[in-house]
Amino acid sequence: MNPDFGNLTRRRMLVRGAFGTAGLMLGGHPLLGKSTAPAVAPAASAAPARAVIQIWMWGGPSHLDSFDPKPDAGRDYCGPYTSPIATRADGVRICEKLPLLAEQARHFSLIRSMTHGINAHETASYAVQTGHPPGRLLWPSLGALVSLFKGYDHGYKDLIPPYVVLTSPQGRFSECGFLGPAHKPFATGGDPNRERFEVEGIVSSRITDERQKQRRKLLGELDTFGRALPGDPALRHKEQCEEKAYELILGEARELFDLSTESPEVRDSYGRSTFGQSCLMARRLVERGVPYVTINYKGWDTHKQHFQTMDRNLPEMDAGLATLISDLESRGLLDSTIIWWGGEFGRTPKIQWEPPWNGGRGHFGACFSALLAGGGFRGGQVVGASDSTGSEVADRPVYPNELLGSILERMGIDPEGPLPNPLGEDLKVMPAGIDGFPRGDGRLREIM
Amino acid sequence: MKPISIIWLAIAWMSSGWVAAVESGPVQPFETDRFAVAPSEIDRLAFAAMREAGVEPALPCSDEVFLRRVHLDVAGRIPTLAETRAFLRDPSKDRRSRLIDRLLESDDHVDYWTMHWCDVLRVKSEFPINLWPDAVQAYHRWIREQVAANRPYDEMATEMLTASGSNFRDPAVNFYRAVPGKGPEPIAAAVALTFMGCRIEHWPQPIRTEFGKIFARLAFKPTAEWKEEIVCPDPACFDALDVRLPDHHVIHVAPGEDGRVPFAAWLIAQPRFAEAGANRVWAWVFGRGIVHEPDDLRPENPAAIPGLLEHLGQAFAADGYDSRKLLRRILHSRLYQLSSIPRSESSRVAELFAAYPVRRLEAEVLLDTLCDLTGTREGYMSPIPEPFTHVPPSARSVRLADGSITSPFLEMFGRSSRDSGHILERNNQVSDAQMLYLLNSTELQNRLARSPKLRALTRGKGSRKADQVVEAVYLSLLSRRPTHRESVAALGDRAATRAPAPPPPQQLEDLVWALVNSKEFLHRH
Repeated sequence: MNPDFGNLTRRRMLVRGAFGTAGLMLGGHPLLGKSTAPAVAPAASAAPARAVIQIWMWGGPSHLDSFDPKPDAGRDYCGPYTSPIATRADGVRICEKLPLLAEQARHFSLIRSMTHGINAHETASYAVQTGHPPGRLLWPSLGALVSLFKGYDHGYKDLIPPYVVLTSPQGRFSECGFLGPAHKPFATGGDPNRERFEVEGIVSSRITDERQKQRRKLLGELDTFGRALPGDPALRHKEQCEEKAYELILGEARELFDLSTESPEVRDSYGRSTFGQSCLMARRLVERGVPYVTINYKGWDTHKQHFQTMDRNLPEMDAGLATLISDLESRGLLDSTIIWWGGEFGRTPKIQWEPPWNGGRGHFGACFSALLAGGGFRGGQVVGASDSTGSEVADRPVYPNELLGSILERMGIDPEGPLPNPLGEDLKVMPAGIDGFPRGDGRLREIM
Repeated sequence: MKPISIIWLAIAWMSSGWVAAVESGPVQPFETDRFAVAPSEIDRLAFAAMREAGVEPALPCSDEVFLRRVHLDVAGRIPTLAETRAFLRDPSKDRRSRLIDRLLESDDHVDYWTMHWCDVLRVKSEFPINLWPDAVQAYHRWIREQVAANRPYDEMATEMLTASGSNFRDPAVNFYRAVPGKGPEPIAAAVALTFMGCRIEHWPQPIRTEFGKIFARLAFKPTAEWKEEIVCPDPACFDALDVRLPDHHVIHVAPGEDGRVPFAAWLIAQPRFAEAGANRVWAWVFGRGIVHEPDDLRPENPAAIPGLLEHLGQAFAADGYDSRKLLRRILHSRLYQLSSIPRSESSRVAELFAAYPVRRLEAEVLLDTLCDLTGTREGYMSPIPEPFTHVPPSARSVRLADGSITSPFLEMFGRSSRDSGHILERNNQVSDAQMLYLLNSTELQNRLARSPKLRALTRGKGSRKADQVVEAVYLSLLSRRPTHRESVAALGDRAATRAPAPPPPQQLEDLVWALVNSKEFLHRH
């Protein structure tokens, strides 16, 4: 007999046979008709990486004023940053505002020849994070692909969702693309640099656990409608989501977001900024097993007041990113964690001294930089090169699909494998040749 | 109704062997035992299909359920406390009909229907549509005017399909700009999806390419104004052209003629045009089409109820493509007024509409409802830096013109991305993240705790008794009175229900919280 029986208030009662199976149908992906096994790359020399931390430089950071300095190009190109510093990697110099990263240079590699030629934020954001130029189909971001291939359909069990954004989503494009909302990221909200990191919905300051439990009981008692429709699949699904939410609210997972358990020294070393503490939070998420974490780092769309902004932002970025690399390294997690730093484009190499910019830099998609660390990528290397002013790719152009394809391969996801999709089309995960982006080798073999 | 139920029982017993109803009276407070409307042609066809399939229909829904449902489906909001009290007091026989008429004439209906249209017509500033704010405002205003004037659907479609001019001054041309990607094929995909209810993905490539020829001659010319574009037939293309359509009909385009004109004339003469339009209206009401999904019409995907879509298509065309008349026809059917509690375990209940389909409120509707109930406002954000689009604090999210102006709430609750106009872009499924937000987010807790409206419920004229307060909360949130059992649960014990004082604020807050999180509140039913 059905255990719901005792709760039925209505006079009409149904004796149920196989009721409930309809509810289970909603557990999987709502859009994908069929479940397809993940495409797994042939065994690489190193073990595949287990997680990606994407540091999204929202707005497009200047490549000249970060990882591709041009001290000989003159004041119109380098402004006040005329003396780049040597790093631990032979022959690699970076902006003088990044001394802590210089110390970590053996752990990361730079790509100085990123290109796509798109100068609009929304289109470039899409191209860099999906690997596709705009077209008829709306492709999923790298995070959504990892969520698909490493998420709940493929053995991921944690209550913390597999694709987490610190702290707010971008809004420039739908990260999930045609894969549908099941692969949208979970955005934490809140601010990890506050006294208490209030992750929206998980950590609440107002409601005690005792009251929380009383409320839950009341919710059950008042469920007159639910008792009238015990077999409805939509309502069943709501119940399941509610149960999972309560496991997070009342369970141990919320302790993950309690940064006060870290020592003050560790917190200081990451920098007491939203970005620094987000890096620390990203390490904790990856340590727990979350396969994809994006830190949306705002503040790099520097049309005006460029150098004043960079003077402020670069040390903050330096502390957060350098500490993240060294902390992962010392915990033995760097080999299994890929760090990808980059924005939608670089910025115009020639400084716009004229009004209204008064020393600003515009959008620049012809040539920009990206950074990769960990996860089996070789460190201390430079892939490709820009010309003497950083205005054009001089050697080895790298398109977004090559960068993303390489990360996917290191994650054990075959970029050439089939991509199951609700459109029913015959698609590949991240093919080497993509319409609109020239066909390259498709991978960053130099550092793999 | 009673004798029919007994016959149904008998059929159920004999045909499938499972045990059906032990007792078959209506479930309080959601059902009633008699229909408020006479049977229509919709009912004849639908109930015949159910009989054929051995599926017993649900009982008629109660007045309370109907009141809430028709507000949500027609006006995109729940009834106010005053509207609920007035309707439940109304003794007249035609109260449901008069309510339907009143709602169909309301501004809220215009706003809500405009939102549905804007999803399909992809009204959005940013990637991948890239209409940009000025064109979005022009396009949205035009769509709203069409809905407000109840413009015949065939005229509206023809105007969009044959539009030429500036996207700021001739808003209907934005139909051609609001497509993801460039070139004839994305346009062909949008035309097929919007006006034929077809997904071009199911067509073989040569047919797609051939169909695209109609739109291959469109030219897009920028002007000196930021993001303004002139859309017109390319004056350099003079030749005659024959285009073979997917059904093998050939459209002859004379030299110098705009091929879109003969195409539009052909299209609206097809029964399928009216059927696809009627199916979409049906899906906006019921959450699923007679053909499901409503934008996937093709021979391999037949309707579960034979004849119904043909009937509605013919009626729609015969009524001069009057959308409100079509809606009225649907809302006045017994089928629409069924309860959501199925009386059959058949897997075909949903496709036969044998019970009203339960589904979560849309993101915008839920947000507006929460704002209305708590007297709070939502803050919106936009990734577009300029020109600034002002959203007045009083704006309801249903009225937002631009799919790029959004809020974390709207994103979390699956608002349409408006990327391609595909029906699946709106997601009304509950997720873990949504439940976290509703159960425990600081934002929602603060809205409830600080709500002047909820506090006002405990005051009113003189001191309110506890049970009166609970009744007012139920009427405000669930559009019905509490059952006795609910009153007892809400107030702790039986004595408390007769207490002369209002419940303490924390108890009231917990009750409101529980109802906001209830299945009944979150779902239309």
